[in-house]
Amino acid sequence: MGRLRRTMMFVPGNNPSMMQDAYIYGADSIMLDLEDSVTLAEKDAARRLVYHALKEINYGNTEMVVRINPLNTPFGVKDVEAVVKAGVNVIRMPKTETADEVREVEEEIEKVEREIGVPVGKTLIMAALESALGVINAYSIATSSKRMMGIALGAEDYCANLKTNRSKDGAELLLARQTIVVAARAAGIDALDTVFSDMNDMETFRKDVEFIKKLGFDGKSIINPRQISIVHETFAPSQKEIDKARLILNAIKDAEKRGSGVVSLNGKMVDKPVVIRAQRCIDTAIASGLITREELYV
Amino acid sequence: MYKVDKEYKDLLKQTAKKMHLPVQKLAEKKNPEFRGDYQKKCDKIVDLETAVINCGLKDGMTVSFHHHFRNGDKVVNYVMNKLAQMGFKNLHLAASSLTDVHAPLIDHIKNGVITQISTSGLRGELADSISHGLMENPVIFRSHGGRAAAIANDELHIDVAFLGASSCDYMGNANGYSRTSEEKSICGSLGYAMVDAEYADKVIILTDNIVPYPNAPFAICERDVDYVVEIASVGDSSKISSGAIRDTKNPHDLLLAQTAAKVVANSPYFKEGFSMQTGSGGASLAATQYIGEYMKEAGITARFALGGITSHMVKLHEEGLIKRLLDVQSFDMIAAQSLKNNRFHQQISGNEYANPFEPGSAMNLLDVVILSALEVDVNFNVNVLTGSDGIIRGAIGGHPDTAKGAAMSIIVCPLLRGRIPCVVDKVTTLITPGETVDVIVTDRGVAVNPARKDLLECLQDAKIRLRTIEDLRDEAYSIIGEADPLPFGDKVVGVVTSPEGAVLDIIKNIVE
Repeated sequence: MGRLRRTMMFVPGNNPSMMQDAYIYGADSIMLDLEDSVTLAEKDAARRLVYHALKEINYGNTEMVVRINPLNTPFGVKDVEAVVKAGVNVIRMPKTETADEVREVEEEIEKVEREIGVPVGKTLIMAALESALGVINAYSIATSSKRMMGIALGAEDYCANLKTNRSKDGAELLLARQTIVVAARAAGIDALDTVFSDMNDMETFRKDVEFIKKLGFDGKSIINPRQISIVHETFAPSQKEIDKARLILNAIKDAEKRGSGVVSLNGKMVDKPVVIRAQRCIDTAIASGLITREELYV
Repeated sequence: MYKVDKEYKDLLKQTAKKMHLPVQKLAEKKNPEFRGDYQKKCDKIVDLETAVINCGLKDGMTVSFHHHFRNGDKVVNYVMNKLAQMGFKNLHLAASSLTDVHAPLIDHIKNGVITQISTSGLRGELADSISHGLMENPVIFRSHGGRAAAIANDELHIDVAFLGASSCDYMGNANGYSRTSEEKSICGSLGYAMVDAEYADKVIILTDNIVPYPNAPFAICERDVDYVVEIASVGDSSKISSGAIRDTKNPHDLLLAQTAAKVVANSPYFKEGFSMQTGSGGASLAATQYIGEYMKEAGITARFALGGITSHMVKLHEEGLIKRLLDVQSFDMIAAQSLKNNRFHQQISGNEYANPFEPGSAMNLLDVVILSALEVDVNFNVNVLTGSDGIIRGAIGGHPDTAKGAAMSIIVCPLLRGRIPCVVDKVTTLITPGETVDVIVTDRGVAVNPARKDLLECLQDAKIRLRTIEDLRDEAYSIIGEADPLPFGDKVVGVVTSPEGAVLDIIKNIVE
């Protein structure tokens, strides 16, 4: 199965105690930030901290992402070098606008991977689209590299670029969100939604999550551990969905036992998309703690 | 007048003599005055100095105070300033607890007004100075139950108790709220003060709200009260939920609270009619709301909640999920108001709460208690009094009392606080012995005391991340490393006693 990326939690790369404790809340991915949450004066110190956090702290199975500074700043290349050496899973590129930018980052990654002798291609990339140009180029960015694991919306910069503001219902983001989901699906990668920053309005946050799930997103960037349970609850399948998916997966197992390539349930053939959805539903149910793998085939 | 002849009178006298009883003299003249005016004349109200003199306070005696106003307390400093002005020396200050607001006591210690302190806790500058060796005599730390027992047994003899009250009538009936009029300051339960009132030789009530007789209901009865002193303010109610009592949005605390609630809900005690308590500290307080959610889901109710009563408990009480509240101390304003307004919210004294020598103490009828900790060690011992720097910065409270009394004690504690490991080889100061601690909930897993195999079995099926305590310690040390030994000196600055009154541990001074 592909990795679940329901929640990607932002953690400032200059805050040791937050980095130290980040994994205990159960986010699917943790994104240590070297970009906007770190002031110019602290860029070097934060890079060192993030390097040591990745090397020293046991983050368990959590996917570790680092948001680097753009390559056209004095920090970008050094960021890539440090985090690849530290064994990061994913490099997140901020404010990505063209496929060429991705290829430049890829070159830098490859250099370091060869230098330290890890398999070339081990380090994945994700791109945040934070401008009109980035959104227009979503598909070419999504397909620019084999390392590309997902594209994400960065709504604050995007809204500024559009000359509008963020609203509660998110009408201004609709086109960008749908463009990103469609481009990601066309490219076979993940689509990740933007942050919601009002921690005192959990109701609107929940609605926002329900909405982006409906649009087809795989998950959402979050800024506070208190948001995790709401996203995971929203993305958790219902008992009815789980029951149906279990029947389908059991039918596949039966078909395998019989040596038949055709899966049928209640006399009807089960199509491939249905199988994929069922598998995904069960994976999410397991991650949400609603069912265990042992309970699956009974 | 009742007139009788001489013969009859002689017989009455003889009978009285035979029965060793006096003969009734003629009745005094009746007072026909309106009682509303009369009560003001025969009152116990005097100024503080008069009250102190009339109580016969002398150098070397013991004076006592309660801490129901927590960081908003104005009584301790007010009274101690007055006693200093009056020239008293060598006093023993026995408070149910002391907080940040009591830093002015430092001067009274330096000037010899106070030479001995007994308390449940110390915080802030006062704690810091004492840890650095301010006092010649070590501070005696007692748990709330231990203090009640020591007073009742006369190990801690109180000569004069100075008890702040939110309302008091002319006769001395006092309370931590008022149903007669709006209080200037409300603290809710006067549970710890009730012990002092019962056993002290002399009792002075200080209040900023004199109400007409009778101040019903009352916590402290006029029979126990010698004088009533009116002062401008006894406390700032808005500060009763400060210090150790805080409501939290901290994701760390909420994670601990959720896990603790999950442990409760999967324990054998989580059934109809159970009872619970939560101690101070963000995570343990927050656990109540999550336990409430489990209760609704399971359709069960609790018979009572005990202890420091919080707004979360009041909410569950008002929703019908907790039938009774037994309140020795109101942890916030909402709890204090609830005591005033909810008929099944009952205040109880420290003796009824946690006296270890009373088999019927409420703590012994408690199923579940959730408590916080500064440090726990691999033997499940808990420290809630001294920080990782060795400096006193907390209070024993009811920690060891309820850990021992309850059927299941749960300690919530992060594995790390910044650069400080909270699961260690040996606690800096022993407050609650590991034998009475059943479950330790950290943010990186839950450790069950190996002595509680029954709990271990229940929790194994509950999708709770169970780990050994040694494993948790190893993880803490692997991230942070082992701390250097603390710079303790040779002077004993504190003595920790067990609830039964025996010396459990000592606290040494810190040299820098």
